[in-house]
Amino acid sequence: MRPPLGQQFRTGDTPLPDVIILTHKLTREYDMGSELVRALRGVSVQIRKNEYVAVMGPSGSGKSTLMNLVGCLDTPTSGEYWLNGQKVSDLEDDELARIRNKEIGFVFQTFNLLPRADALHNVELPLIYAGLSARSRRAQAEHALERVGLADRMDHKPNELSGGQRQRVAIARALVNEPSILLADEPTGNLDSTTSSEIMGVFAELHRQGQTVVMVTHEQDIAAHAARVITLRDGLVATDQLKAA
Amino acid sequence: MPIFEALRLALQTIRAQKLKSGFSLLGVFIGVASLIGAWSIANGVNRYMTEKFAQTLYGVNTFQLRRQPMFVPNVPDSVWRSWRRRPRIRFSDAEAITEGLTVPVITAWQSSDNVTVSFANKEARDIDLTAASERYFDIKNLRIAVGRAFTGQENRSGVPVAVLGDAVAQRLFVDRPPLGRNVRIGGVPYRVVGVVEKQGSLMGFPLDRFVVVPALSPAQNLVNPPGILDAFLVKARSDPEMREAMSQAEGIMRSRRHLRPQQDDNFVLDTSEGIQRFWAGISRILMIVMPGIVIVSLVIGGIVIMNIMLMAVAERTREIGLRKSLGARRRDVLRQFLAESTAIAAVGAAFGIVAGIGLTLLINAISPLPASVSPTSVILGVVMGAGVGVVAGVYPATRAARLDPIAALRQE
Ligand SMILES: Nc1ncnc2c1ncn2[C@@H]1O[C@H](COP(=O)(O)OP(=O)(O)O)[C@@H](O)[C@H]1O
Ligand SMILES: [Mg+2]
Repeated sequence: MRPPLGQQFRTGDTPLPDVIILTHKLTREYDMGSELVRALRGVSVQIRKNEYVAVMGPSGSGKSTLMNLVGCLDTPTSGEYWLNGQKVSDLEDDELARIRNKEIGFVFQTFNLLPRADALHNVELPLIYAGLSARSRRAQAEHALERVGLADRMDHKPNELSGGQRQRVAIARALVNEPSILLADEPTGNLDSTTSSEIMGVFAELHRQGQTVVMVTHEQDIAAHAARVITLRDGLVATDQLKAA
Repeated sequence: MPIFEALRLALQTIRAQKLKSGFSLLGVFIGVASLIGAWSIANGVNRYMTEKFAQTLYGVNTFQLRRQPMFVPNVPDSVWRSWRRRPRIRFSDAEAITEGLTVPVITAWQSSDNVTVSFANKEARDIDLTAASERYFDIKNLRIAVGRAFTGQENRSGVPVAVLGDAVAQRLFVDRPPLGRNVRIGGVPYRVVGVVEKQGSLMGFPLDRFVVVPALSPAQNLVNPPGILDAFLVKARSDPEMREAMSQAEGIMRSRRHLRPQQDDNFVLDTSEGIQRFWAGISRILMIVMPGIVIVSLVIGGIVIMNIMLMAVAERTREIGLRKSLGARRRDVLRQFLAESTAIAAVGAAFGIVAGIGLTLLINAISPLPASVSPTSVILGVVMGAGVGVVAGVYPATRAARLDPIAALRQE
């Protein structure tokens, strides 16, 4: 096993340049009135450019909570979160929206495609909010769909696509703004095993092309694609291991 | 997100949710249509009253010497009875005024009653028989369609000739030529010398059911006792000259009736002013009631739109969550939903304008009112429609914009 993954980080420090994601003692609590749910209880991880990280752990251990924080969809109760050298843990709503738009590609378990829009338009969505012209939106969306092997399905609506194809559209949408990190929360959770390994192939290929990938998964064999596995338990990092190459 | 994109999205949603959008259109539609419609009607009635109604009844720059006013909206019985006790207008009064006026005018005598006019075995009942002098046609602006009016000579000698209203000619002669034929009025044969152009109707009253005969012809006895007139008509060239003629006529009448200075006139010099004042009152009420109707329907329209938009926000929570997760800022979401509600209201307003104009044209076609679309009302309709859309959209759009992306995405 290698030494601790990343520098020793203290409050007041800034991350090293190649560290894309750095969380420091990140906590997230849900005040449920009668009880306080402590979904994350101080998570410190560092992820460098070009890594492929699998996040594992039992259900309810805080994986999705961590992904939502890393994806800037949520803000922590305490602790720091640095993305690409910028401290984002205390940014405003609209600034977070801009970061989600520019820096992050998020792939959901349930695809989350607009049912009335065709594949191309679904992939264009982030670019609309980036303020791109219709022509460059179209060009970039087409390119992203080509990257996931859907060049011939651009004008199909989600209900005209298979589960695997839908998830490819969602991956293309996550890629289209060339994010610093690609986040995926159980992206194969709704797919059969054949399709799952197809999708894993897509992620592996994107990683090979230089994309930083962080993925939540339950399955050991899927995690096998990743070079590093972080395991959460009860809102804390239980293990953080690099696999032997 | 650029405005154009928001609008495109809005139209797409309207297309996709036709029924719901249709409902929300309705309120604005009714508001705008009733605004334009009511405005046009009020406009039209106003013009009708001031131009046509008053002119048909009285004539321009014309006053009538009468025992009592012709148009009397609800007077008390006691007043009515006192009017009936006044002396009647006599031929000699008319002659004295004609002699005495120094202002250039044209004048006519007039007495009317309802009679039956017949030709061969055909009868026209309930016809307004007017015994008048020859300038009556000029004062009342009655143009002759066929033949001629009777002459001053015929009038003075009381020759039994008749000029028919269009409806009477139609009734008695269908499509045979009436000129030169003898119609019977009160048992006396009258030779038809002319037919007046069709007048149409006024507030639903037919204006063509009349016959005009010389004031001194035998039929005079059917309408009034000897020497008595219903009205003496005086038409001046302008309003100031009419005023001058009126004051001279008043003086002449007062001295003829030996009225002392403290005594009131026991006759009237009637003009269209009274009826116009009466109408102005009604139209003021209309102008107060109308905005009420418009505001109520716009408010209802706004509430409907707001509810539909709230439903849309609830229904599309996931979509909003997704858009936010992909980088939509609050203002992007706000703009999307505002554009949607405004587009709905604008489409409603557009249909409303078309319907309002259609309504106006319809009123023009099937009623005597010359309703005309006022550009002000159209502009107001557009502004109010869009305004309702924006106002009704603000609350739902704000709710949508504030949604938390994760919570929104988790919604079923
Ligand atoms: N919005 C929320 N409100 C209350 N509790 C929550 C919420 N989201 C997650 N939790 C709780 O936080 C813990 C971690 O949840 P999650 O991060 O979804 O776990 P995992 O993705 O590892 O299954 C669980 O106990 C869960 O019930
Ligand atoms: Mg989860």
